[in-house]
Amino acid sequence: MPVPPEATPFNVLWIQSGGCGGCTMSMLCAEAPDLATTLESANIRFLWHPTLSEETGAEAVALFEQVLDGTLRLDALCVEGAMLRGPKDTGRFHILAGTGVPTIDWVRRLAAVAENVVAVGTCAAYGGVTAAGANPTDACGLQYDGRREGGALGAAFRSRSGLPVINVAGCPTHPNWVTETLMLLAAGLLGADDLDVYRRPRFYADHLVHHGCPRNEYYEYKASAEKMSDLGCMMEHLGCLGTQAHADCNTRLWNGEGSCTRGGYACINCTAPEFEEPGHAFVETPKIAGFPVGLPTDMPKAWFVALSSLAKAATPERLRLNATSDHVVRPPAVRDIKRR
Amino acid sequence: MSDPGASEGTTRLVVGPFNRVEGDLEVRLELAQGRVEAAFVSSPLFRGFERILEGRDPRDALVIAPRICGICSVSQSHAAALALAGVQGLVPTDNGRVATNLIVATENVADHLTHFHVFFMPDFARALYAERPWFPRVEARFKAAQGSAVRKALETRTTLLHVLGLLAGRWPHTLAIQPGGVTRGADARDKVRLAATLGAVRRALEEGLFGAKLERVAELSTREELDRWRAAGPEGDFRLFLDIAADLDLGRMGRAYDRYLSYGAYPGAEMPLYARGIFTAAGPGEVDTAAIAEDHTHARMEHRSRPHHPFDGSTLPDAEDETGYSWCKAPRLNGLPFETGAVARQMVDGQPLIRDLVLREGGSVLARVVARLVETARTLIAMERWVHELTPGAPWCAQGSFPNHGRAAGLTEAARGALGHWLRVENGRIAGYQIIAPTTWNFSPRDGAGMPGPLEAALVGAPVRQGETTPVAVQHIVRSFDPCMVCTVH
Repeated sequence: MPVPPEATPFNVLWIQSGGCGGCTMSMLCAEAPDLATTLESANIRFLWHPTLSEETGAEAVALFEQVLDGTLRLDALCVEGAMLRGPKDTGRFHILAGTGVPTIDWVRRLAAVAENVVAVGTCAAYGGVTAAGANPTDACGLQYDGRREGGALGAAFRSRSGLPVINVAGCPTHPNWVTETLMLLAAGLLGADDLDVYRRPRFYADHLVHHGCPRNEYYEYKASAEKMSDLGCMMEHLGCLGTQAHADCNTRLWNGEGSCTRGGYACINCTAPEFEEPGHAFVETPKIAGFPVGLPTDMPKAWFVALSSLAKAATPERLRLNATSDHVVRPPAVRDIKRR
Repeated sequence: MSDPGASEGTTRLVVGPFNRVEGDLEVRLELAQGRVEAAFVSSPLFRGFERILEGRDPRDALVIAPRICGICSVSQSHAAALALAGVQGLVPTDNGRVATNLIVATENVADHLTHFHVFFMPDFARALYAERPWFPRVEARFKAAQGSAVRKALETRTTLLHVLGLLAGRWPHTLAIQPGGVTRGADARDKVRLAATLGAVRRALEEGLFGAKLERVAELSTREELDRWRAAGPEGDFRLFLDIAADLDLGRMGRAYDRYLSYGAYPGAEMPLYARGIFTAAGPGEVDTAAIAEDHTHARMEHRSRPHHPFDGSTLPDAEDETGYSWCKAPRLNGLPFETGAVARQMVDGQPLIRDLVLREGGSVLARVVARLVETARTLIAMERWVHELTPGAPWCAQGSFPNHGRAAGLTEAARGALGHWLRVENGRIAGYQIIAPTTWNFSPRDGAGMPGPLEAALVGAPVRQGETTPVAVQHIVRSFDPCMVCTVH
C-alpha cells in the first residue's frame, strides 16, 4: 500500500557489532522489488546504516547523539552481530570506532530510546557463531544468551512499544525476513502474539525448512544420500535438520531459486539458538541403534521407527538409485494414460 | 576530535566509525601543515574465529570459517576447502573445480560492483565537491543510497548472485564448496540459465559502467589509451571516474610500497586464470609461503617475542596490553609488508594497463580502482567460458576419508586479495587454525621494526583541509583498498 509522501517516515538506525556483516549483505539481495523500492513503499528510512550511508566518523556519531537526546525519533533499532561482553565484562573486544565506548554500551543506550529493537540474524538474536566453541569474547545475543533469556539487555527488557527484542534469526537471515518485519512494524501489524517461543516472527518461523524441500520424496522412502553431492535425503547420514528447523527457506527461496538443501547440503538449523554447537560434526547425523537422535518435530519415536522401516522396504528402485547419485540416473516412468 | 599532539605543530585526529567499508575501522592521524604525517590503523572488533575453530571436527571449518565474513564468505569457504583437501590429499573433479571457480568469481565480481558503486564513489557526491564540473552527474548517479547508478548496481548484483542461488544454494554462507568439488551438479538447463544470468550482468555493465564491450576494457594496455578513454571514450561511469581521477589527481594519491602479492586465482586444468606470485621493484617473482610470518609487536596479542609462521602461530588476545593499537597482526613476507588485492593480482598476472600505471606513477587510488574494473571485465568473460565447460553427467565431487593427523594451507584470492588458511589436524581434531586475510596484509599495524603497514604508508602525505574531522582524501585512500575489517582480525 503506497504511503502518501507527507506521512512521517519510520526511522531505522542500524548498528553492527560481533558479526560478519552477512545479514546486511543478504538484505541487499532483496528483489522484486529491490531493497530501496521495498523500503520506500513502506516509508521506511534509514537514519544511518554502516553500509549505505554517506555520513562517516564524527558525522555519524553526531547523528547517534541526536537520537539519544530525542531530536531524532527512533522507530526501530536494528542490531546485527553478537554483543561482546568480554574481556571481563568491559565490552572492549568491540569499541565503536572513533568513540572509545564499547558498542554494547551504545546499544544499551540506544535501545532505551527505541520504539522497537530488532535483532538481525542469529548472532544478534542468540549469540550465534560468534559465541561458538570457547566463546573467547563472551558473546551473547541482545536478549538471549543461547537458549537462555537474558543477554545484553536482560530478560525484562521491553522497548517503548512494549515488545521484547524481535529476533529475525538466520545465519544469514533472508532479505525478506528483515524487510517484512520492518514493514509489519511500520504498519503496526506485528504484536507479541506474532512472535514464536524464541521471539522469531512467526510469518517465517511457523514453517519448517522441510516444507517444499525437493528431496521430500527421498525422505518419504528413506532413500538417503550417503556422501556430499548425492541427491537423496540428507537427514539419515549428512546431518540435515530440515525437518526440525523453523524457516521457510524451501518455499520462499534464496537468490532466485536456491536453498541449502536445493544446493545439495544439509540444513544446519541456523535460525535456532545454539545451532553453532550441535555436539557433533555438522555434516554427520548422530544415531542410536541406526536411528537418528534428532527426529522430526512433533513425531513420536516409535512411529518414526515403524514408518521408516516400512518406507525403506517400499523404496522404489528409481529413488534408491538416484539417492546415491549426483544426477538423476532413472527418471520417473511415463505412463500412457490413454491405455488405462 | 582533534587535540594538540606530542610534537610542535602536530595535531592528532581520530577518525571513526568508518562506514562504507566492511566491518569496523578506526584511523588515528598525526597531521602537520595540512598533511598526514603518520597514520595508525586500528581494527577495534575482535571475535576470535581461530580459537572458535580449535578442537572441532576439521569438516566443521566449512561451516564456521565462512561466517568470518558476510562479504567474502565464499572465499573463506574456498580457503577452508583447499586446506581440508590438502590434509586429505584430495583433488577436486574437473566439474568441481570449474563450478568452484564460478562460485568464487561470482562473489568477487559482486564485491567489485558493490565496492565501486556503494562504498567508493558516493564520497565524490559529497557537498564539499559541489563546485567541481563533474559534480552534478556524480551526485545524480552516486549519492549514497540514492544515486541512480548505486540502485542499478544493487539490482545487477542481485541478478548476478542468482548464479549462487543455482550453484551454491544461497549467498552468503553456502556449504556447497567441498574439498573434492561441489555439492550440486548442473544440468544442461542450469547451464543455459547461468548463461542468461551472466548475459544480463554483461549487458548492465556494458550499458552503465563501461559504455563499451567488456573485451575492450579487458584489453586496455597503456596509460595513453586510458587518457584517450577519458577524453573521448564511450560515456559511462568508468569515464566519469577517470574524469574525477584526473581532476583530483587520484593517480598520485595513496601510494604504498608498490610490493604486491597474489596466491593466484581460479585454478585451471594447468594454470590459474590469474597467475600466482609477487611483484616488486625487482620485477615478478615466486611466492615463498615459508617466508610468511606474523608479527605481534603492535597487535593486542600475546607471543610478541618473535614473528610466527602461521603453522606455529597463535591468536591469544591480550586485553591488558597498552602498546598494541589493533587486534590486527602484522603479516610480512621475507620481513616486508606487501599489498594485495585486484591491483596485486593484475600486476602479478601482467595485465599491461595496470603494470603501465604502477610502473610509471606507482600504485595509487587510481590504479587500485582501475585494476578492479579491468578485473571485473576479465573475470566475467572467463565466467561465460566456464559455464560452457560444466559437464552434466561427469562427477561433481571427489570423495575421500579424513586422516587423524596432517597439515596444509588453503590459499585463494578474495576480491580484496590474498587469503590463506593454515590448518593443523591432530587426533582427528583441529589443533591449529591460522588465517591471514587480505586486509590483514593491507591494514596491518607496524611491526617489530616499526615498519608501517601498506595503508599506514599510503596515508602519509594525504591532504587534510582546514576543519575536516573526517578528511575526505583519507576516505578515498582507505576505501581504494576495499577493506574488509571483519576478516582482518576475524
